[in-house]
Amino acid sequence: MTATVLPMTLVDRTEELGEELDRLRSEVIAMRGADDARYIRTVIAVQRGLEAGGRLALAVSLMPPAWCAGTAMLTVAKILENMELGHNVLHGQWDWMGDPAIHSTTWEWDFASPADAWKRTHNHLHHTYTNVVGRDRDLGYTILRMSPEQPWRPVHLLQPLYAALLAPVFEWGIALYDLEADSVVAGRKSVRSFLGEIANLGRKAVRQSAKDYVLFPLLAGPSALPCLLGNLTANGLRNIWAHTVIFCGHFPSDVRTFTEDDIDGESRGQWYLRQIQGSANFGGGFLLHVLSGNLGHQIEHHLFPDLPSNRYDEIAPRVRRLCGKYGVPYVTGPLWRQYLSMWGRVVRHALP
Amino acid sequence: MPAFALPFWFPRLRPPALPGRVLAGLGWLTTPLSPDDYLGLVDPLLSARHPAGVVTAVRPETADASTLVIRPGRGWAGYRSGQYVPVGAELDGAWHWRTYSLTSVPDAPGGDVTITIKADPRGKVSPYLVHRAPPGTVLRLGPAQGEFVLPDPPPARMLFVTAGSGITPVMGMLRTLAGRSGPAPDVVLLHSAPRPDACLFRAELAGLAARVPWLRLHLRYTRTAGRLTVGDIGALCPDRRAREIWACGPAGLLDVVREHLAWRNVAQERLHVESFRPAAPPAPAVGESGGRVRFGRSGVAAESPASVSLLETGESAGVPMPYGCRRGICFGCLVPLVDGRVRDLRTGGVHGEPGELIQTCVNGATGPLVLDV
Ligand SMILES: Cc1cc2nc3c(=O)[nH]c(=O)nc-3n(C[C@H](O)[C@H](O)[C@H](O)COP(=O)(O)OP(=O)(O)OC[C@H]3O[C@@H](n4cnc5c(N)ncnc54)[C@H](O)[C@@H]3O)c2cc1C
Ligand code: FES
Repeated sequence: MTATVLPMTLVDRTEELGEELDRLRSEVIAMRGADDARYIRTVIAVQRGLEAGGRLALAVSLMPPAWCAGTAMLTVAKILENMELGHNVLHGQWDWMGDPAIHSTTWEWDFASPADAWKRTHNHLHHTYTNVVGRDRDLGYTILRMSPEQPWRPVHLLQPLYAALLAPVFEWGIALYDLEADSVVAGRKSVRSFLGEIANLGRKAVRQSAKDYVLFPLLAGPSALPCLLGNLTANGLRNIWAHTVIFCGHFPSDVRTFTEDDIDGESRGQWYLRQIQGSANFGGGFLLHVLSGNLGHQIEHHLFPDLPSNRYDEIAPRVRRLCGKYGVPYVTGPLWRQYLSMWGRVVRHALP
Repeated sequence: MPAFALPFWFPRLRPPALPGRVLAGLGWLTTPLSPDDYLGLVDPLLSARHPAGVVTAVRPETADASTLVIRPGRGWAGYRSGQYVPVGAELDGAWHWRTYSLTSVPDAPGGDVTITIKADPRGKVSPYLVHRAPPGTVLRLGPAQGEFVLPDPPPARMLFVTAGSGITPVMGMLRTLAGRSGPAPDVVLLHSAPRPDACLFRAELAGLAARVPWLRLHLRYTRTAGRLTVGDIGALCPDRRAREIWACGPAGLLDVVREHLAWRNVAQERLHVESFRPAAPPAPAVGESGGRVRFGRSGVAAESPASVSLLETGESAGVPMPYGCRRGICFGCLVPLVDGRVRDLRTGGVHGEPGELIQTCVNGATGPLVLDV
């Protein structure tokens, strides 16, 4: 990606931008309160209600309407669980509530990758080194080439194919990716902790698969087969949706990448600037934002990964105004356009 | 994951009783959640994973103190007379944890528990619990804890020295003794309160002392009679050397009791103390210095002297630090350590690995460090 060259004046004003963003953050922190708590508890109640309803309907899914309703409810429940709940709770967005039931240290999610592994690779590595080639493993998830600075290998010719094949099994792809086998090979991670994490993943994988592919179908008796199909569909759709939202957050073509030199001695203002330039938003209504875990506000999320997600929508216009004021590009567009743009980038970098 | 003391509110696996075993089986269906997470949505009292209780009555005791009657839910594991319970109250969306002594009798019919709270006018949680929490309020409950307890069987002679709200754990013990049949130990209670109308349980104590032969009560009103002195203890309870002693109250009172015992050569093992306020941390050893603490998420940094807790350093730097008991009990102040090491202000021990959750209220800086808050 060719870097947008920033006017010199911006460089001088980066710290000013940082201070304005810091103030915005403090404002939201001071405002957090009972309404936010009510919001997240409502999402939790709706999610668990949909999950219970979906499971019940799938138990009698020999009847086609029950299959449709059950699969739809379970899909939405799983999407909410991963996006608006899991991802955001694991970021510590709700830790301020001091509620042990909604806390990044106690939360486990309905996704193959164990919460601890995810917190390390996503919260720590990806959010710290966002879009830094060679440091942010999320930049192409070590298998896709997403920027000209990443060395081309012949296997990248196939990347449009395997990027597409990844979508329906996204949770398993992420689970394997979170094991960081590449870091073990590079000597950055001990074999022992690698084996420990494989064991953790194994345990979780057994429980996750047993639930969706063995126990609930068995309990459904005569409806076993449609129930199994419903569960497979729900997991698959959730995976495709998560893949879409996440790929649209960083890979549309106007998003910048950085080199390790860029982040050498980076100040707070420069860090903020990189987060803005390394992320892309997509627009939509309330429902789309909730179902995408408010990651349509990827820029706001990357600036303030630990602020409650329900506040992103409110601060987005202010972040955008700040970007305008300081002449920083603010990448946004409708979801479909970001989606096409992301695929364009996957295809372009498949070639040397 | 580095080893750290689990906060008390961290979900614990319960020993599988019969319904427990059924729930463990159901856990395969609700994984990665537990059946409790669904039960708790229906009624918070049904969750054993996050034990809760509901306030069923609020009884004013004095102008600034109330007793809360709480019906504990499924996760409540009981307690011993004299123990305290971490109580979580939701204020403006956030849970705040404080510890309160149980004043009820364990195994009382109905299973309700009581705590008696004095409002600290400058405090955050106690004024809410005393004046504003209506019946029906759901509180979270940690497991009962503490070694300031009524032994079973109790020693033949006991002396209680209390002041202010420090009467609460002792009230629980007296009620327990009063509820038992059979011979009771011989008990002396020296209790201080500012004025009669500010004295917790005044009528109940007087009534009990009049009714049972085993309790001798000395109420002292400090506004008129002054504070208890080292000499007073011997004068009011000449046989204190034959007694096992429980003292609970402000630091000044505990000092008086300790001084009295040292003076009279009474073995300190016979003394049990409970303090509601953090004791001053021991002075740091010579040559120990603090360090610069960076609060990563808030983007501020501050110098933290060796004897000052990270909690205080953060608060004075304007960082929204979580806290509870402020004395190392409740783990309500845990913050992840990103880099550097910390010194336990209670023991002087240096510890801390990146990623470890640090109790900021009882740890100070040793050299530069970074906290994820
Ligand atoms: C083992 C134990 C048993 C207890 N049992 C009882 C009991 O039975 N009954 C009872 O009434 N209490 C009991 N307590 C005390 C109780 O836990 C609380 O400490 C008390 O109720 C005050 O809580 P609060 O939230 O109102 O005050 P807090 O908000 O915790 O404040 C306490 C004090 O600290 C000061 N303070 C607050 N914030 C700051 C800050 N940022 N910087 C500097 N100073 C600050 C306040 O001015 C106030 O005076 C017990 C405590 C312990 C440890
Ligand atoms: S342990 Fe309770 S505030 Fe630190």
